[in-house]
Amino acid sequence: MTAVLNVEGLVKRFGGFTAVNHVSFQMEQGEILGLIGPNGSGKSTIFNLLSGTLKPTAGSIRFRGHEIAGHSPHSIINGGIGRTFQIPRPFRRLSIFDNVALAGFYGQGRHSRSAAFEAAERALGLVGLPTDRHAMVDGLGAAGLKKLELAKALATGPQLLLADESLGGLDEHEMDQAADMLRAIRKELGITIIWVEHIMGVLMRVVDRVMVLDHGEKIAEGLPAEVAGDPRVIEVYLGTDATAVHAAATAARG
Amino acid sequence: MNRYLPWIAGAVLVALPFVYHSPYPLHILILVLIWSFAYTSWSIMGRFGLVSLGHGGFMGVGAYVTALLWNHAGLSPWIGIPIALVAAGVLALVVAWPCFRFRIVGHYFALVTLALSGIVLQVITATRDWTGGSLGYTPERYQGGSSIYALQFADKETWYLIALFVWAVGLAIWYAVDRSMIRYALEAISEDEDAAAAAGVNVTAEKLKITVLSAVMTAFSGALYCQYQMFISPDTVSGIAVSLQMVFAVVVGGIYVALGPTVGAVITILMAEGLRISFGTKAVGYDNLVYGVLLVVFIIFLPKGILGSLMEARWLRRSPPQRQVQPGPA
Repeated sequence: MTAVLNVEGLVKRFGGFTAVNHVSFQMEQGEILGLIGPNGSGKSTIFNLLSGTLKPTAGSIRFRGHEIAGHSPHSIINGGIGRTFQIPRPFRRLSIFDNVALAGFYGQGRHSRSAAFEAAERALGLVGLPTDRHAMVDGLGAAGLKKLELAKALATGPQLLLADESLGGLDEHEMDQAADMLRAIRKELGITIIWVEHIMGVLMRVVDRVMVLDHGEKIAEGLPAEVAGDPRVIEVYLGTDATAVHAAATAARG
Repeated sequence: MNRYLPWIAGAVLVALPFVYHSPYPLHILILVLIWSFAYTSWSIMGRFGLVSLGHGGFMGVGAYVTALLWNHAGLSPWIGIPIALVAAGVLALVVAWPCFRFRIVGHYFALVTLALSGIVLQVITATRDWTGGSLGYTPERYQGGSSIYALQFADKETWYLIALFVWAVGLAIWYAVDRSMIRYALEAISEDEDAAAAAGVNVTAEKLKITVLSAVMTAFSGALYCQYQMFISPDTVSGIAVSLQMVFAVVVGGIYVALGPTVGAVITILMAEGLRISFGTKAVGYDNLVYGVLLVVFIIFLPKGILGSLMEARWLRRSPPQRQVQPGPA
């Protein structure tokens, strides 16, 4: 199987500060990769580099065989990458449906309005939001906003979904629902997902592989159980939660 | 009844000059229609938070390029106006592209475009050998009277119908934008450019499209004003005062509603005429003072404008309170 995404020697510097330092990784079609690390370790910067919001200082990003490093965000999104933001960024002057229809229209090459509306209905259905045309964003709570954020990303028709901290601010029940949803989306659409998440217990149950960042460098990569048992990962990130996370990771893998 | 109202109003407006010939009220109506079109042109981008203070510049380009080509090159306005529109479009691209590319937004965008207004006025004044400078400029009369070739008409009725048609086209463009997907994109951009880009929107391209459309329409209003008045001066069709007058009229009338700029035009022109008639030459420039004060008052107390607030009040009385959405189970 060929890699969907091939990142090599990715570097991002802000002045003298190196946010991402020579990170390389590959992803196979249909895989869910968990991206973890302490605050400021470079997770969101990697998302911003992959989605074109930031331009890399050095390195290569090959997506489905094409170099996309430094391309503009809209062309990357149209090329098949979808992203959510850590803090949901809905368009409050548009209805919920129009938020998603906008992504369906502009994220898929502006083909037709009816195709965009179909994409919006499908995406809203996948995340479990009503497809009512007039409901406004202001009526949504934290969980609803996360779902809207995900629906917007899905409506752009991604092959690769970059999901940033989808669970922050949710209660335990909602978290389980969201984790199931990501798995269902992968199954339904056959897409590849990179998931940045702080809630380790849930993440370890869902992902196929985990990559750990610290100070912009990759310090570990592998199966959830291996990574959760890695002493270096425990030291910089998992800390006292290590036992519980390890239990979750091993339980999920049997 | 409500469905037929626009058609009835349209029929009355079209029939008006055939039954009512009094020249002064017709003159005022023509001015209201031309300026309504200009304000509508501004609001096409202004409603999306793209506040341009450079539209006086585009209007000046439309008026002066048309008149200069007629007088100096003998080009009919039928060719001169398209050239003027292209010139305004190119000018809009030259000013707006760097702004959008380097994310000059909000107040800074307003300041850059403010400079454009000033520059166009200075250029007109400085090239007085051709443009007549601050004394103004008159397109040459063509063989004494009315001519379709020269786009000059002696009677007010013809001008009224032309201005009415152009005004209606302006409204049609406003509605076309309102119903198209570009409105979604521009609303999104006005809230959050990064999030719009993440939805696949080419932010720079969409902003440029609406800016060029708005600039070209504004230039057309300038050309029309020139052909009607047969006299233009830098102060009446270009410059910062004209740009501010556009912002004022649209904010007062209602920036988010189609007929808001028209209401704004009725108010500004009646006010200017009222001041002129009651105070004569003593009141020259007073209208700008009043605009300035009222602009501040409106932005603070009635940000949706007169028409916008009225329509909102009526809509709120009629429709039930907005439903809250409960996110369904995953």
